[in-house]
Parts: sequence; structure tokens; C-alpha cells
Amino acid sequence: MNSPSSISETPPPPASPAGAAISGKAVRPGDRIFLGFSRGSGIALLVIMAAIAAFLTYRSVLAITGDKADFFTTFDWNATGTEPKFGIAVLAFGTVVSSVVAMVIAVPVAVGIALFISHYAPRKLASPLGYVIDLLAAVPSIVYGLWGALFLVPHLSGLYGWLDDYLGWTGIFSYGGGAARSLFTVGILLAIMILPIVTSVSREVFLQAPKMHEEAALALGATRWEVIRMSVLPFGRSGVISASMLGLGRALGETMAVATVLSPSFLISKSLLDPGGGTFAQNIASKFSEADQFGQDALIASGLVLFVITLLVNGGARLIIARRKEYSGAAA
Amino acid sequence: MAKRIDVSGLSAFYGSHKAIDDISMTIEPRSVTAFIGPSGCGKSTFLRTLNRMHEVTPGGRVEGKVMLDDENLYGSGVDPVAVRRTVGMVFQRPNPFPTMSIFDNVAAGLRLNGSYKKSELKEIVERSLKGANLWNEVKDRLNKPGSGLSGGQQQRLCIARAIAVEPQVLLMDEPCSALDPISTLAIEDLIGELKERFTIVIVTHNMQQAARVSDRTAFFNLAAVGKPGKLIEIDETERIFSNPSVQATEDYISGRFG
Amino acid sequence: MTAVTDRPTVASGGAPLPVSLKQARLPRWAPPVIALVAAGAGCGIGLGAGLDSTIQWGLIAAALFVLGTYVLSAAVEGGRQAKDRLATSMVWTSFLLAVIPLASLLWETVARGIKVLNVYFLSHSMGTLPDALPGGGIYHAIIGTLEQVGLATLIAAPIGLLTAIYLVEYGRGRFAKTVTFFVDVMTGIPSIVAGLFILSVWILILGFGPSGFAGAMALAILMMPVVVRSTEEMLKLVPNELREASLALGVPKWRTILKVVLPTSLGGITTGVMLAIARITGETAPVLLLVWGAKTINNNPFDGAQQSLPLYVFQQWQIGTDAAYDRAWGAALVLIAFVMILNLVARGIARWKAPKTHR
Repeated sequence: MNSPSSISETPPPPASPAGAAISGKAVRPGDRIFLGFSRGSGIALLVIMAAIAAFLTYRSVLAITGDKADFFTTFDWNATGTEPKFGIAVLAFGTVVSSVVAMVIAVPVAVGIALFISHYAPRKLASPLGYVIDLLAAVPSIVYGLWGALFLVPHLSGLYGWLDDYLGWTGIFSYGGGAARSLFTVGILLAIMILPIVTSVSREVFLQAPKMHEEAALALGATRWEVIRMSVLPFGRSGVISASMLGLGRALGETMAVATVLSPSFLISKSLLDPGGGTFAQNIASKFSEADQFGQDALIASGLVLFVITLLVNGGARLIIARRKEYSGAAA
Repeated sequence: MAKRIDVSGLSAFYGSHKAIDDISMTIEPRSVTAFIGPSGCGKSTFLRTLNRMHEVTPGGRVEGKVMLDDENLYGSGVDPVAVRRTVGMVFQRPNPFPTMSIFDNVAAGLRLNGSYKKSELKEIVERSLKGANLWNEVKDRLNKPGSGLSGGQQQRLCIARAIAVEPQVLLMDEPCSALDPISTLAIEDLIGELKERFTIVIVTHNMQQAARVSDRTAFFNLAAVGKPGKLIEIDETERIFSNPSVQATEDYISGRFG
Repeated sequence: MTAVTDRPTVASGGAPLPVSLKQARLPRWAPPVIALVAAGAGCGIGLGAGLDSTIQWGLIAAALFVLGTYVLSAAVEGGRQAKDRLATSMVWTSFLLAVIPLASLLWETVARGIKVLNVYFLSHSMGTLPDALPGGGIYHAIIGTLEQVGLATLIAAPIGLLTAIYLVEYGRGRFAKTVTFFVDVMTGIPSIVAGLFILSVWILILGFGPSGFAGAMALAILMMPVVVRSTEEMLKLVPNELREASLALGVPKWRTILKVVLPTSLGGITTGVMLAIARITGETAPVLLLVWGAKTINNNPFDGAQQSLPLYVFQQWQIGTDAAYDRAWGAALVLIAFVMILNLVARGIARWKAPKTHR
């Protein structure tokens, strides 16, 4: 950040005949008020962050001390009555599994589309396509949820039957029929949801790959794919990783698209295709309306776990971006 | 190793804009040919048509013939990838692959073109680095990234990378314009050595450089801004700088314009 | 077209043999033809084997296309070209695979939403209409969304803007770095967590009931970091010469910021704020926790449950009757249209007002 502030220090007024005109207060009241307001906003932001951590932790402690079962290993969510028993085991499993499925599908496809836009598509098509992808990234998640529940789910049971025929022996892909409201469906829907954002960031990075390195590869007699492998992908690798982490952050915290598609249960099923399971966010949304105050605290506790997980993922992404900045600075 | 280049009736376009018009010339093998001329006269564009790099630019298009000995680079069925493999290029700014080590940079072209034994690869890399007068400076840090070298060293690394695949022709697009005088001298000496083995074509803004390194010099000019560049004349370097046959060449060389 | 060219062989040990300039190539029309054949075969196999899901047909066709191109190319053009073709066909396939669901999403929303979309739908609430019956509208949801998003913007935009000004114009040292770091952290907060935070403070501790304002506070938390980020980018684009010129005239710094820096970057800042608004307009989770939703019009965002467009979509879907599904699609269409228009206008402003010094 090269801030212009270095030039703004008011120099000490020189003792000159016209001193009365030049010397005033070193800091004008207007400046002081303005600085106060803008710094105050920064402080407000920090206070909000601290408050989020503090209050979520406070309510979580209330819930966890009232929990009659182990909060981390229990396969149940019963936060009412005198013997509340609830745990996040199923939710953590479901959140991780659906996000992993989403990443496995979305990242390769997103890199493919990003390369398509940056290096393969006809030029006339490339920039409108990028624009459309950016617009799609803005479609609200509830719309993905509605589409997923009413359009995607009915179209997937055929595919699942097929997967069951050929891969059912693995156990992971066995499918007992019925509506395809499983963690795998959630993964597919999340993949479609995060495609635009991962694509958009990756494309940006691929377009920034220095032309001179692409030309160097071309001049050595590289095919288009070899040019991409030698000069575009190495340059874009960390960018793609951080784009994926951004996507992962969204997938982990997504509420509505999961709540509409999944048919939840507090069991961990060996098969990804059979209905059941749950995620942190989905559980909060679907249990909230019937929760009393203690029940809400319990949900807040699970939300805190989700918060910590997303913080770790996002922190990782920021670290990678920061490292990349240093790296490109050294290379320049 | 080295081949003769015969260009006839070559024009190059950016979209609908004609950048160079109807150029014909012969470039002798095992010699250095320098292209000089004012900015925008199309000498770099022309250079890039000699290994089909021009068509990589969006809208880039070429008409005419470029014969490499007896093969037309723009003939039907000719693979531009194979052309670039045969006609190497060194760019204005040194561009070693930043994520590769010095060794991998030199070996990059070889790895594309087939599988080599490790010992073979080592031998070729060493020979190429020696050929680029860089071996003694980098032999102890072959596994360090190429981007850690100085600008002049990076440019010689790029030359080593280009000659490692044993091209027929070596094109150089203002290879010294981003370098300091000492590095420039090192590259100029190197060019003198490389011409024993390759056909070398060099674009330069620096007339002294053209006079120092080249055997033949071609002067390009354009009638006005926006008009296509043309070849004015090509001759022995000595003649071009002492007694050119066209008035415009003399005006340019004596510094009256450009 | 065989490639026979005489060429002296090079004797030097290990040096690559010169390759011929001519290479056997697949004709230009080969990839589209392979694609057509693969598509045909995909449908054929799908029909023949009685696969009822068109998704399978597409996957089979895609696999056939990628494989067919690779095998043909490997046979005719050799390994390197085949790999290049493989990459090209994979890139095209992934593009097509992604376009289909995204296009379907837009198509379904428009096709199903347009059925119920009329003036009545836009100008009436659900009132006392039984859930299963057709009819009703989204007027109350539109009012709720506008009020909640408006309040959120009123809270978040000034704080975000001033923070960005602080970071760019004054920020140095540890404090600015800390703020930058936490803005990044804040960007990653899941919307439901923001909702839970307001729930714990506003409703559980302070004892207020659900209201549009409670939702607006959660939305503001989601909006702030976005505004800070985009404003920062825009302020950094303002050339330093402009600031120096103003300061050199003896204009105090705060007036320089207000009169020179902000007006120069106004277009970009507006774009950023509008994109942030578009983002929070579609948020459902915090609204679900804090505003609860209502069937009737509540014009007062400070008292009592309200409706909002995304929440309306969710609740209509929960009802699960055909009439409710239709209403859900209708509201989804209105929501998408609103977000898209905001996006288009914002990007239009960005293009129109872009600082001319930019590159």
C-alpha cells in the first residue's frame, strides 16, 4: 500500500515575516475530526469482530455445559427437556463430506472453464463469457436451492441407480432408490454454486500470466497445452488454490441450498447416495423454528464450530495469497 | 546446422492493418543479419513472421513465402510448432521460466521434444550453458531458480535455452535493450561465437551494435505513421554504414531522423 | 500428406534430430465431427440401454468425445499432439458440462416464474390465503427486503467507506494492518453465523423480538467487508499527483479527501456498494433467524416479524404444494431480476466512470 500520507505531514512553519499567515495549528480541527471518524470506523469493525467471537463463545459455553452428552462425538440433536443430548459428529461429517464432494467436482471443471475463457475460446466469445460467469456468481443461493430441490433431485435418481449398478460394490456408491436427497446431491449442488466464483478468480489469475513466458514456451516449439503447462499453470497454481479455498469457505457455510435439498437424519451412512446426514448450517436453519432458548444456544454452539472452521480455511487462503504476492515481487 | 532463409513477397497484418508490405530478402546461413530502422517500421513484426510467432498475436495474419532452404514455412501441412522448434528465438526482455531452476530452464525445450537419459540431458545442458558463456557463473547453482540471476545472465540463460534444442536459425528481438553496457558486450561477444553454428537474425535499435556484430544489415522504414513498413535495402554491413545506395538509409544512419 | 524432407543428420551426441516441419494433422473439421458422432452415440447408447436420465447420456457422450479425439489424434498425429488435443477437448467438455446446469437454472426460473408473475402478484401480500391455494403475492416480501437491505446499507456503507478511507489515506502501522486482517476474516463469515451473533446479542441477551432491523444488522455485518475491500481498491486507483496537487494549493487533507479523492473515485465506490447490496439481497439464513417471515404486510422494520424475498422463496418451498412452488419460482424470478439489474447497472457505472488514468 503506498499511501500518500508521507507528503501530507505539515512541515514546521518556518520563521518568516509572513509567519502569521503560514503558521496555524499543526493539525487543523477539520483534519482531526475526519481522522477521528475514519479511525473510529476501523475500531468499530474490530469491536464487531471481537463481539462476534465473544458472544458466540459465551452462549456456546452455556449450551455445552448444559449438554448431558459429549458435544463432539454424540450422534443426536435433542436440545430440549431436562436431559438435553446433542453433538456435532454427524454435522461435522456431513459438512466435510459434502464440501469435499463439491470441491472434487468443481475445482477441475472451474479450472477447465477458466482456461477455456482465458486461452481457448474465440476472442469474441471470451469476454462476454467472463461477464456472464461474474453475473452467475451473484445468483442468490436460495435460487440454487429451489432449483436443486425441484429440478436437480428428480434428475439424479437415474444417475444414482447407474452408479449403484457399477460402483455399488464399493459401499460408498450403493443406492437404495427413493428421492436423491443425499449428501452427494448436496455436493453436486454446492459444486454448481461455487463454480462461478472459483472460475472467475482462476480466470483472472490465468489472464495475468505474463505473456513473455508464454512466448518463451511457444518459441521453444511448445503446443498450446505445453505452453499452459509450462507457463500458465505454474504461475496460476497458488491463485487457483486460493480461489478453491474461497469456494470451500462458501460451501462450508452454505445454508439454504443444503436445507432445501437434503433430507436430514442423525445417522452417518456408509453410502453417499442414500438420504441422510446433515451440515452445520442446514441443521441450524431447520432446527431453529422449534428450538427454545437453550436449543438456540445449542445451535449457536454448533455455529461457533462452523465459524472456527471457515476462519481456518479462509486464513489458509489469505496466507497463500500473501505468499504469492511476495513470490511475484521477488520474480519481477 | 544453419540454413538459408529466402523470403519473397511477405506481408503481415494485425487485423485489417497492414504492418509490413511485400518484403523479399535472403538471409545467409552462418552469418549475422541485423535489422535496423525507426520505431514502428515493422522490423520486429517481420522477425516474428520468420518463426510463425506473428500469428500468435490476436488478429495476426501473414501472406507470402518464407523458404527455409527448400521448405516453405507457410506451406500447407506445415506445423507451426515444428517451425518454432527449428527456428529459435530470444526476446527483448529476458524471460526464463520463473518457477523452474536454471537446469530445468535449459532442459525445457528438450523435455518437450522427447525423452532423454539423465546423463544426456546433463551433457546437453552443460554444452548449451558453455555455448552461452554462462557455465562458469552458474555451474554451482544449477538447481536455483533462474529468476535469481542478473539481467544479463538471464538473457544468456535464455540463449542457452534456445540453442539447447539445436535450432537451424536463431532470432533475436533487441536482445540487449534491457541490459547494461557490460552485459551487452557479453551478449555481443556471444553472438560472434554463435554465428559459427547458427543463422542469426538480430533486431536492434542501436546502430553501433548493428555495425559491431552483423555481417549484413537490412534497413526498414515506413512512409508515414499508419502506413506499412517496407524493406529499403539490405547489403553488407560495411556498405550500409559507409556508402548506402538509398538516400533514406544514409539519412537514418547519420542521425537525421529516427 | 507424408512428410519426407531430406535433411542432414546431426552427428553430435545426444542432440535432437531435426524434426520435419510437416506433421500429419487431423483436418480442421475433425473435432466437430467427432463431437457429433459422440453425441449421437451417447444418445444411441442411452436409448438402447434404456437409461432414463439424460444426465447419463451427456456424460457418456462427453467421455466418448474426449476418448475418441485422443485415440484418433494419437494414431494420426503422435503423442504430443494427442495430449494437446486431449487438453483442448477436456477444456471444451468441462465448459459445456458447466453451462448446462447453469443455463438450466436460469431457464427453469424464468419459465416457471413467469407463470405467476403479474401485477397482482407484485402488489398483494399473502394475507389470510390458505397455503395450498393459488393466488397471493409478494408485496410484503418486497417491502421487507427493501427496508432490511436499505437499513443494512445505511449502517454498513458509512462504516465501510470511512474504514477504507482510513486504510488508504491514513493507515500505517500495526493498527491498520490489524484492521486489514480482520476485514479479510470478516469476508469469510458464513451468513448464518452473522445471524447467530445478532440472535445471541439482540434477541437472547437484550430480549428484543424479531424485526427487520435485527436482520438488517446481520446483513450489515456481511456487507461491511465487501464495501471496505471495493472502496479500498477504488481509492488506490486515484493517482497521487491529484492529492499532491490539491495539498500543494494549501487545501487541508480532509478537504482534499472530500473534494478531490472521493469525487474522482465516486463511480467505482458506487459500483462496489451496489454489488455489496446485490450480495446481501439474496441472503436468506440471517433473515430466517432474525426476521422470521410473515404473511402480511408490516411496514415497520423496527417492530415485529417481516417478510423478505429470499425467505419467502424458502417458506413457499417448505409448504410443498404446486401453488406454493409456483409462487416460490415467481419470487425467485423477481429476486434474480433484482440482483441482476443491480449488477448490470453497477458494472455499467464502473465502465462509464472508470478513471481515465487506469492503464
